[in-house]
Amino acid sequence: MYSQALDERHPDEGHEGRALDDAALLARFDERVAAEEKVEPNDWMPAAYRKTLIRQISQHAHSEIIGMQPEGNWLTRAPSLRRKAVLLAKVQDEAGHGLYLYAAVETLGIAREELVDQLLTGKAKYSSIFNYPTLTWADIGAIGWLVDGAAIMNQVPICRCSYGPYARAMIRICKEESFHQRQGFEIMLTLSRGTDAQKAMAQDALNRWWWPSLMMFGPHDGESVHGEQSMKWKIKRFSNDELRQKFVDATAPQAEFLGLRVPDDELRYDDTTGHYVFGEPDWSEFAAVLRGEGPCNEQRLTHRRRAHDDGAWVREAAEAHAAKRRTAESVA
Amino acid sequence: MSKNWPLWEVFIRSRNGLHHSHVGSVHAVDAEMAVENARDVYTRRGEGVSIWVVPSAEIVASDPRDKASLFEPALDKVYRHPTFYEIPDEVGNI
Repeated sequence: MYSQALDERHPDEGHEGRALDDAALLARFDERVAAEEKVEPNDWMPAAYRKTLIRQISQHAHSEIIGMQPEGNWLTRAPSLRRKAVLLAKVQDEAGHGLYLYAAVETLGIAREELVDQLLTGKAKYSSIFNYPTLTWADIGAIGWLVDGAAIMNQVPICRCSYGPYARAMIRICKEESFHQRQGFEIMLTLSRGTDAQKAMAQDALNRWWWPSLMMFGPHDGESVHGEQSMKWKIKRFSNDELRQKFVDATAPQAEFLGLRVPDDELRYDDTTGHYVFGEPDWSEFAAVLRGEGPCNEQRLTHRRRAHDDGAWVREAAEAHAAKRRTAESVA
Repeated sequence: MSKNWPLWEVFIRSRNGLHHSHVGSVHAVDAEMAVENARDVYTRRGEGVSIWVVPSAEIVASDPRDKASLFEPALDKVYRHPTFYEIPDEVGNI
């Protein structure tokens, strides 16, 4: 979003007095952020703030793109035309969300091609949740209900992020995510009111997606690497543990409504605190999936690389067509 | 991608009678593809009735560092606003 031109002629302060200027700029920046002012692409920002945003927004974008795969897996096998149309719309939304976010991260002065490259080479991370397989149709319901539900918990506060383009992209995304979560819950509701086999399928999906969904909020606050600084910069508004608690509080009664059992023996409502008490996710599993040892890590990246390679001729043809048209216009 | 495709800024008229507003950006090899991509990315829920795309490189932006000199002179000219003037109630709407 037209940030590049100004970014490039940035080192205009020269070397002398640079440190002093930077200290003043930093103080001004911290003041603005504390006052809830939005930071825009051409504004001065600390290098670490830029770096943190590039990492977070691009991971987020990659997650949307990779997230198309587990759901795309059921496009041809959706149980009805209605479900198929809905799932198609949802997968298209994921692509759209990826693109909003790539556009937002590009305003920080990194090229789209570089971002794509980071994903394809495995240099960039994406949400570990998408490294789990979608084994049955009920998984599509569980993803919408739990995974998109967790994503909404995470993302609603980012609508107030200090970085303008990211905040604006998130507002758009959150509006659309609401459809995702509701359609997922509707699938779960239909299955849980269906035959015994359908209900068992819904329960099985909940069993497999519950813990990975809780892990989506990241490690405990004390172990979170970027947490504190991100809170100070108002990139993040709530800690990982706060968000996880909110998610459990919202979701546990929904499971009860569905007549399904959350796979956690320690889960109970605490009258005194007004919150649910819940068990500990298996953090060694989380670490393993992050290391690339999840059930589908290899498959997801291989598929994305193949799709990128298979699409090369389309990109080349588009470029050749545009070049030909430009030549024709300049001759005419 | 073989090379960086140009970036285009997207403006959408959300309803008849409103002006086009900036909604985001897309990459495309030419204007036609930019309109198509903008349509796919930014109007999946009937958000618009018209799209403009503009090459991002063609946009000239004011420098944030000039903010004070450009915009502050307007701040102390409160007499440019109708509420600056006191009109007796008896006069009615004016």
